[in-house]
Amino acid sequence: MVMRALDRKLLRDLRRIWAQALAIALVLGCGVMVLVLATGTERSLRLARQSFYDRMQFAEVFASATRVPKGQLAEIAAIPGVAQAEARISMQVVLDLPGQTKPAQARLVSLPEAGAPVLNRPVLRTGRLPDPRAADEVALSESFAEANGLFPGSSFGAILNGQWRELRVTGLMLSPEFVYLIGPGSLMPDDSRYGVIWMGEVPAAAAAGLTGAFNDLSLTLTRGASRDRVIDALDRQLAPWGGTGAYGRDLQSSDQFLSGELDQLGAMAVILPPIFLIVSAFLVNMVMGRLIGLERPVIGLLKAMGFTGREIALHYLKLAAGIGLVGVLIGWGAGWWLGAELTALYTRFYRFPWLVYTPGTASFALSALMGLGAVVAGALRAVRGSARLAPAVAMQPPAPPRFRRGQIDALAVRLGLRQTTMMILRAITRWPGRALVTSLGVAASIAVLVACFFTYDAISSVIDAAFSRTNRQSVTLTLAETAPRSVIEDAAHLPGVLRAEGALAVPVRLSHGPRSERTLLEARSPEATLVQTLDAEGHAVPLPVDGLALPESLATKLDLRAGESVTVTLLAPPRDSYEIPVTRVIRQDLGETASIPAAALAARMRMAEQVNRIDLLLDTDRLAEFDRAVKATPAIAGTLFWPDVQRQFDATLNENLTRSVSIYAVLGVLITVGVVYNAARIRLSERSYELASLRVLGFSRAEVGAVLVGELMLLTLLAIPPGLLGGYGFAALIAEGFSTDVVRIPLVIARRTYAVAALIATVSALVAALAVRRRLDRVGLATALKQRE
Amino acid sequence: MAQPAVFRVEGVTKTYVTGSVTVAALRGIDLALNEGELVVLLGASGSGKSTLLNILGALDSPTTGRVFFRDTELTGLDDAGLTAFRRAHVGFVFQFYNLVPSLTARENVALVTEIAQNPMRPEEALDRVGLAARLDHFPAELSGGEQQRVAIARALAKRPEVLLCDEPTGALDSATGVTVLQAIWEANRDLGTVTALITHNAAIRQMAHRVIRLADGRVTAIEENPDPRPPQGIEW
Repeated sequence: MVMRALDRKLLRDLRRIWAQALAIALVLGCGVMVLVLATGTERSLRLARQSFYDRMQFAEVFASATRVPKGQLAEIAAIPGVAQAEARISMQVVLDLPGQTKPAQARLVSLPEAGAPVLNRPVLRTGRLPDPRAADEVALSESFAEANGLFPGSSFGAILNGQWRELRVTGLMLSPEFVYLIGPGSLMPDDSRYGVIWMGEVPAAAAAGLTGAFNDLSLTLTRGASRDRVIDALDRQLAPWGGTGAYGRDLQSSDQFLSGELDQLGAMAVILPPIFLIVSAFLVNMVMGRLIGLERPVIGLLKAMGFTGREIALHYLKLAAGIGLVGVLIGWGAGWWLGAELTALYTRFYRFPWLVYTPGTASFALSALMGLGAVVAGALRAVRGSARLAPAVAMQPPAPPRFRRGQIDALAVRLGLRQTTMMILRAITRWPGRALVTSLGVAASIAVLVACFFTYDAISSVIDAAFSRTNRQSVTLTLAETAPRSVIEDAAHLPGVLRAEGALAVPVRLSHGPRSERTLLEARSPEATLVQTLDAEGHAVPLPVDGLALPESLATKLDLRAGESVTVTLLAPPRDSYEIPVTRVIRQDLGETASIPAAALAARMRMAEQVNRIDLLLDTDRLAEFDRAVKATPAIAGTLFWPDVQRQFDATLNENLTRSVSIYAVLGVLITVGVVYNAARIRLSERSYELASLRVLGFSRAEVGAVLVGELMLLTLLAIPPGLLGGYGFAALIAEGFSTDVVRIPLVIARRTYAVAALIATVSALVAALAVRRRLDRVGLATALKQRE
Repeated sequence: MAQPAVFRVEGVTKTYVTGSVTVAALRGIDLALNEGELVVLLGASGSGKSTLLNILGALDSPTTGRVFFRDTELTGLDDAGLTAFRRAHVGFVFQFYNLVPSLTARENVALVTEIAQNPMRPEEALDRVGLAARLDHFPAELSGGEQQRVAIARALAKRPEVLLCDEPTGALDSATGVTVLQAIWEANRDLGTVTALITHNAAIRQMAHRVIRLADGRVTAIEENPDPRPPQGIEW
């Protein structure tokens, strides 16, 4: 096909302005990239979850109880709305792994006698299922086995029913129930310390002392069934058997984390790309406006030759679309690559049998549509002007810009500003729109940088609050059964224990008006110092003598303020309801737990204070001794070593955060570079003769360069206050959008973050402006004087 | 003329190479400009007048040959040296005025007086060219002749030793041109500024002490004018 001359001009125009076009394309590419990355990864994760859940019959309602006779299962299955019901044994066990002094922990789950379960079916990755009758055969969750060097044929020790038993691994499995596996009370998956063990039902029931009964239940629902109604019926059914409250998938730990991740990806797709798209639109507007201004004579000529306004407008729109196309392609490539990287990273935390990056055409189509839409919208105004120009007018040079003296002049005279400074000020006041676009562009960049470094501040604040101020214990012991307070004394006598404090954690439903939330209520002594509550500012405050301390997120969900009362229904025996006032709203970034003074709860329950958790401060020199003692104490169902939790947390975040912060910092810098470079090129193109005249008059290169660079740097400095303000708002959006039920991102921004963001943007702007200044040297003095704009 | 030479030009050539095209703009020029004199450079376009003027004003450097300003060899200076030379000694006036559009008349002059050693006040320089009443007007608010007189005021305000004018009346009608030339002539007369003025208008030669004719990159004739006349008496 023969290319039309006008299209050939288009390609040459693009080649001529390649550096400016590339600068815009990169900014646009950032937006497209984030869109593809976020929507593509979200889709991949969602598809992997959906297919895993569907194929493996992931249950929709979960419940546990103390001991339910097997005969109850038929009645539960008959609850209207229940499609399938499956019972099993589930318990926490302490493991003694070969070569490890510290005890590991696992959730033991039974497999039906007939073989594979109907619901929450595990995928056998290697080996075979354990013999349903063999008391020493188990299958392990794959990641736990891998982290501990266990494989089919290996053996390890476990404390079952108070006895040390040797178990043999027959196979490794994955389950839709444990895609994201996190130990009770922990904050991060730790594959080496927490896993899942599957064992035949008969030996598992024997080990749990539940022969002829079950303590864990999974349900699927019939189409259209009301989940809440089924949960209510189930709760009634299980109440006599020590039921602790049924819950849906949304509260199932693994799915909760997965949903949080999906929501964060969704938030990323919504919050970030608009900034880049809007900045690109403004840049295109700026560059096309100048280009069309320079091409006035050409437009006049084309019109004189008989081209219609529409044809000419289309020509320039195609040019803008060309820039957009480059940006979209860059964004697609980068988005595809980063999406694949991110998905690969996910496979380390989320255990799916298949998780491949499948961004889907919609991600690409949508991002291209938005990217091209942004540039075309940006070009539209300038292009419309070109279509309207009358040929005779177009062929005339444009009227020279008119300057006026204003208020600013009087001020400048009083300040004794130099004329070169006046040139800078008048250029800004003469073209305020362009100055505004430049400044706002840089401000957007500063905002992105602030928001990007804010994640560091927020996470450090979370870590500091969680590990230095809230949880100051070395170890948390989970007891196999609720026990009187005297066990705290016993725990204090374990080797190396410096201090011991007890707590009782019970599942509760909090109701306030029509709102209700299922959560954990922790009863603690107000004198406890190892675990503390924090006020909204993050300062440790003692538990109030009576009443509830509620995390802010929970208070918000329940629409509760300090002073109001909430109905607390215990989901475990005695299953009573109490009206308890909320006395304090506290800060809690990780998890959502209500707290109450132990005495206040005990008084309401009309029983002596009890504990099922003990927090310990340890002498680290005697850790080995302590570990041995714990392994030998059957009353302890689980141990959580806080230094390990923090180490895991730090390591995971450091790696992931550094990676994402570096990427977003580059995106932030690209905005400044794109904006300032284009503004500088336009300025230079308008002013090259004026600036050359200064050289003729005896101004040095540096002095002349300062006029060009000074204007842009002044606009950059003006951008700092709105940029920092925007950064705060942007950080607030991120804190809101990225907070999940499990992790809340506090809106904490360090002064250093503001300073670093402003500094990076200023330096980037300077580099971009100086890069353009070098072109000034190429303007020949002698030729410049012969020409007239 | 027994006056000492301010400029000495020795064997200067200038060749422009653009792609595969080579243009010899100057083909060996030898001449001197003397203290206090006003010289008119005459010639058709392409004769090399502007190239010569640009080399004298340190806007361009010759391909071969040497140029001296008093005892300083301009052809031996680097970019910073040439800038310093322009800043201290040379005033320029161009056909298209080259005023800074965002600065008023007074500010355009102040632009130069702020960086000069012993300048006039901008108001004095503008008064000298008859623009005392137009101090605060922007270039776009001035007529062509007024703009050119601002340019002359700007060139003279630093009390330069040399004034170089490239077709200063090229864009003006004859009546306006005369007022501009009058300003240049008076500066030369009152301040003793060595002045070189390019024109292709032969009538203007009547105001010069000497007329140097160029053709095809060479000096073809140098005429002495014993009786220079003020521009007001010249008509074209």
